[in-house]
Amino acid sequence: MWKLITQRLRTPRTTLSVEELLADKGLNEGTPDQTLVQSWNRLRRTAFGGSVHIRHVDTGSCNACEWELTALLNPVYDIQRLGIDFVASPRHADVLVVTGGLTRNLAEALQLTYEATAHPKAVLAIGACACGTGLIGRTYAQQGDVALSVPVLASVSGCPPQPADIIRGLIEVATKLEEARVKHGHGTPAI
Amino acid sequence: MRTETINPTQVGMTCAGYVEDGFRLQTMVAADERATKGVYTLRYLFFNDDERQGREVYTELSPDNPTFTSATPLVPAANWYEREAYDLLGLVPVGHPDPRPLILHGDRLAEVYPLRKDFPVDGVLPAVERTMTELHLPEGMFEVPVGPIHAGVIEPGHFRFQMRGETVHALSTTLFYTHRGLEKRAENMSLSDGLALVEQTCGVCSLSHALSYAQAVESLAQVAVPEQARYIRVVWAEMERLYNHIGDVGNICAGIGFSFGTMQAGRLKEYLQRLQARLTGHRYLRGVLKVGGVQQSLTADQSHQLMHGVQAIMAEFAEVADAILSHETACDRFRMTGVLSESAVRSWGAVGPTARASGVARDARLQQAHAAYADLFPDTIPTFVQGDVMARLLQRIEETQISAKLIAQAISHLTTIRETSATTDLYTPLPSVEPYATGIGVSESPRGENVHFVMAGAHGQIERLRIRSASYANWPAVPEAVPGNLIADFPLINKSFELCYACCDR
Repeated sequence: MWKLITQRLRTPRTTLSVEELLADKGLNEGTPDQTLVQSWNRLRRTAFGGSVHIRHVDTGSCNACEWELTALLNPVYDIQRLGIDFVASPRHADVLVVTGGLTRNLAEALQLTYEATAHPKAVLAIGACACGTGLIGRTYAQQGDVALSVPVLASVSGCPPQPADIIRGLIEVATKLEEARVKHGHGTPAI
Repeated sequence: MRTETINPTQVGMTCAGYVEDGFRLQTMVAADERATKGVYTLRYLFFNDDERQGREVYTELSPDNPTFTSATPLVPAANWYEREAYDLLGLVPVGHPDPRPLILHGDRLAEVYPLRKDFPVDGVLPAVERTMTELHLPEGMFEVPVGPIHAGVIEPGHFRFQMRGETVHALSTTLFYTHRGLEKRAENMSLSDGLALVEQTCGVCSLSHALSYAQAVESLAQVAVPEQARYIRVVWAEMERLYNHIGDVGNICAGIGFSFGTMQAGRLKEYLQRLQARLTGHRYLRGVLKVGGVQQSLTADQSHQLMHGVQAIMAEFAEVADAILSHETACDRFRMTGVLSESAVRSWGAVGPTARASGVARDARLQQAHAAYADLFPDTIPTFVQGDVMARLLQRIEETQISAKLIAQAISHLTTIRETSATTDLYTPLPSVEPYATGIGVSESPRGENVHFVMAGAHGQIERLRIRSASYANWPAVPEAVPGNLIADFPLINKSFELCYACCDR
């Protein structure tokens, strides 16, 4: 136990600030995108409070996108402090984050998860395979594009996309969800 | 490698004979060679770790009667390979104890075999029809179905636990949800373009898959890789192992909700991946290798940055690992949980840290030395005998130290090569290859041995690619480690194997 405590005390602060996050290209360079920082600051004052709850659905990814999503929870990105978190049930989710090229064996699972998600809901496609630009593309075993099965509100390409890019995609989705809520009220259908 | 050509009815007996002689089934390749030979073919590839030699059992199946005698009743490890040949090519394993569809879910489709050459790559299959069967369990038992979509950020798989109270009595798995048709997509791609596709097999073993594939093509084209490239390959292969093993130590801690370990290891893994991104341009090392060598050199400055980064992270990791192992409650959960016996490892042909933590010293870097491992790798490897979660955790911690040493040695060799060698070639261009030549490439990924079989076509394209990942070999062994454990320990047991679904399903 003593070792745990001393190790904790010795570990330096590693978490990136929001500005650093939005500038992060994974290579420790770049300047923050001011419009993103502004929309992030605006979001925090809205009904969602900037909070986005995500349910992840893998529809045939190679696992790289999954590890980048998992990386969002590590101390460097630590998206939980921003009010963004992964939830265990689609009933609790605002956003479905979909990876992979929609395989035949998972088509039904994606459809059922989408139906089970509460309104208002949005789908964020993560990675080239989900966006329809993957190297494997359409085969006998997959459709090669999740938009063929569920309406996609926003997408983040890349193979895999960098964690910082995924955060930018989540801010984009949250902004659109908030705009739809202002326009239509809480009864917003799927957008 | 010696090839024994047999009759399809002798498959079972012949394979059993090799297993008795100390060989293990390494992979099995079924192929549609009707256009060239007028037959379907099966190649069972065996390897003997003690004698370090391979054998091939080859048989031809007539298109009029594409059946063969299943080896599964005598060689359990052949189970999935034979079901896969049935699913994708319609080659029927007669006497197979469990001929249910494996890869194409739902009821078996009549006369639809996607890997046959006359089936188009984007041919449409009917939607999956799942039929529910009524359970007949003894009094006091019940079943817990889990998946395919899980509560966390995990890949899809379906598990059915047969329970007696809190204790798992039996586990059955349904995988291949992420079957993408990658091998079919590879057909007719050029041998050099295939590498980028193969990197998509698995996110976290991208480089090992690329390495296995490149070696398979180099072996069929009889290309020698420049010395510099062989050492650079070792550097990146060990970096892949390092970031995976450190991440896996954190994931094992996540299996019991021990967030100290998860966060500390997650932080160190992130630093390693950032280091990789800075030096190669990719967090998962894609685009680093090339058929015939490597794509990018490793300059003196880059080597220095890499060494500096690895040393700093290893020093921190030693402290983190020490803190994790000093935590009695955590260790208590790890010990005697999910025990995989040595006999299960041997009968399923399990590989990698999984096999080594159960006392089987099986490592492709040692027994099937590739890249520059013949010069660098030590003669013995650490193994643990307990086969529990603790052993697999300790195995990974030990292996990170070997990886760090190998990186340092490879970099010092690279410095010598830069100073003494006249040539600075990073790769050998691929010559025109002999039509229908075949090659096998083996590499040790963080999860164990990856075996790629490549057959060239008439014009230097891929005719058949068969990827046997470490996860494909290890998954059938997982259900052996679960019975007798509490269901709440399954996430922990599963994470201690840390098998990938995508590279198993392809």
